Amino acid sequence: MAAQSGAKGSGLRFSPWNLLLIIPFWILLTPLYNRVEPTLFGMPFFYWFQFVGIAVGVTCTTLVYFGTKNRRGSAPRTEPTDVDDLDEGSLR
Amino acid sequence: MTDLQWPELIIFSTLFLLVTVLGFVAARWKAGDTLDHLDEWGLGGRKFGSWITWFLIGGDLYTAYTFVAVPALLFGAGAMGFFALPYTILAYPLVFLPLLRLWSVSRARGYVTPADFVRGRYGSPLLATLIAVTGIVATMPYIALQLVGLEAVLRTMGFNAGGFLGHLPLLIAFIILAVYTYQSGLRAPALIAFVKDLLVYIVIIVAVIYLPIKLGGWDSIFGAAQEKFAATDAESDGILLNGNNQLQYATLALGSALALFLYPHSVTGVLASRGRNVLKRNMSALPAYSLLLGLLALLGFAAIAAGTEAITNQATGNPDTNTIVPKLFDDQFPSWFAGIAFAAIGIGALVPAAIMSIAAANLWTRNIYKEFIKRDATPKEEARQAKLSSLIVKFGAVACILFLDPQFSIDLQLIGGVIILQTLPAVAIALYTRWLHRWGLVAGWIIGMGWGMTLLYGIPNPATGREHFGGAALALDKLNIFGWQPFAGSTVQIYVGIVALLANLLVAAVVSVIARQLKVSNGTDTTVDADYHVDEGDEDLRPVAAPH
Repeated sequence: MAAQSGAKGSGLRFSPWNLLLIIPFWILLTPLYNRVEPTLFGMPFFYWFQFVGIAVGVTCTTLVYFGTKNRRGSAPRTEPTDVDDLDEGSLR
Repeated sequence: MTDLQWPELIIFSTLFLLVTVLGFVAARWKAGDTLDHLDEWGLGGRKFGSWITWFLIGGDLYTAYTFVAVPALLFGAGAMGFFALPYTILAYPLVFLPLLRLWSVSRARGYVTPADFVRGRYGSPLLATLIAVTGIVATMPYIALQLVGLEAVLRTMGFNAGGFLGHLPLLIAFIILAVYTYQSGLRAPALIAFVKDLLVYIVIIVAVIYLPIKLGGWDSIFGAAQEKFAATDAESDGILLNGNNQLQYATLALGSALALFLYPHSVTGVLASRGRNVLKRNMSALPAYSLLLGLLALLGFAAIAAGTEAITNQATGNPDTNTIVPKLFDDQFPSWFAGIAFAAIGIGALVPAAIMSIAAANLWTRNIYKEFIKRDATPKEEARQAKLSSLIVKFGAVACILFLDPQFSIDLQLIGGVIILQTLPAVAIALYTRWLHRWGLVAGWIIGMGWGMTLLYGIPNPATGREHFGGAALALDKLNIFGWQPFAGSTVQIYVGIVALLANLLVAAVVSVIARQLKVSNGTDTTVDADYHVDEGDEDLRPVAAPH
């Protein structure tokens, strides 16, 4: 069983656009922004920086959406088309 | 009960009545051929578009409790409470890709719960049951917490009696909720979420513009907060993080983000959507709620500047910091607007409570009832079972509030975050690979769960004088692996959930290697590669509400 499932793989279809999703994780580096100055509208840097973080996150997910929209064809070319994929009978 | 706030109460009741009507009408909204199928009752027909999904998942994740508890956390502890922001920033990029795979495989195979997927991927009833039970146990206290949010509002409006009488309005609200959820399924919270979210947006936008102006601008608000925290003895509070809690801040944000879409109710919202592009769009649109949450969180500081004091809960005799935001609105706004704000929070409790009870009912029906009690249950019997169990789940949550200290629910929810994280290897990693062996996953789950509980049990809270379950921040000094203390003497804190998850993954990997060496069966995978990429509009797509 194990051997068979190993050969099956996971059917990954990777797009370089997906790498953008790593960027928002910079928000985990707290020493970067854990300070008061510079303030914005009286708000310490710690707070408004993280609000900016929302915009960064949204930008990244939006770019990935447009970059990968309707790219059903990003599958390896050797595979049958998606519709045939769905037909279980045609798979091994 | 003597000093009821009438104008607020009337507006609250009117809006509550409106959503009650919506809840019942929802049964016919975009109805399929039958409600006697879990695809229809439990997933709204799997056909929600971008807007409905946005309102539904937004209403599902950003709960009344969040809106009440996060500002209360900032009010009490300062910067640490702001972890909710990086948490919700990270959640969407983090789950963007795995969620699409989960949606596709569930659509292709007719899965309704995350445990259904695990069952199909590993053919292991034991593993699927562990995932289902974890999900139910993590969800129950979460539903109870929605009641805490609702009750905070009701107490602020004057329903602050002790004993049974004090809980009566809550009970009535919940009976109504239970009946229309029974009747309409997931369509009820989906429709009500529109009203809830519109109210929440109006209230918060007004609040974050009006209150700072009234209280002298953000600099005086932060100034007042700084003054308050400087005056306390505790070292952990302040308007910035300190050397000890930065790691806790980051790991709590990451751990919570990892946990968010493992919760069964989040998965329910996701699976109800129509297609992959709907989900992708929502990963960009849902952070609008994060902006709202961040602004709302800062109202915790505004409450400090305004000198708001928490209302004493007559049922327990302690000041209830969760009433801070309702009290702030009550003090600072004209009563009609406070009424709208309270309705937003109150209705905000109903939406997630409904979705959570549906999710828990789906888990019970699909992964316990159908697995062990009635293997040949028809779709109709499944739907019936789920409707009945949704009632039981809700009244279980009410019982938690009526008969137990609300603190108990809060503790359980804290534990819930740690335990739901332990399903990550079996649910999220399995979406990509079956390299982790099913026995490895079972072993990892046991270790992660056991160690997580042990660590939580050992955390005291000096502020409240509690010896156990005092929070989820573990001092690294206390980390003890069979007598080996890698960070002895360190006062740096870390989130327990992440520690338990790492142990879980390590054990799962080691046992997987051993199981492979011994050639133990890894179960039968009934999914195929193509399942993870299906989308709406594909030909030969499994029909919604297909007979099993």
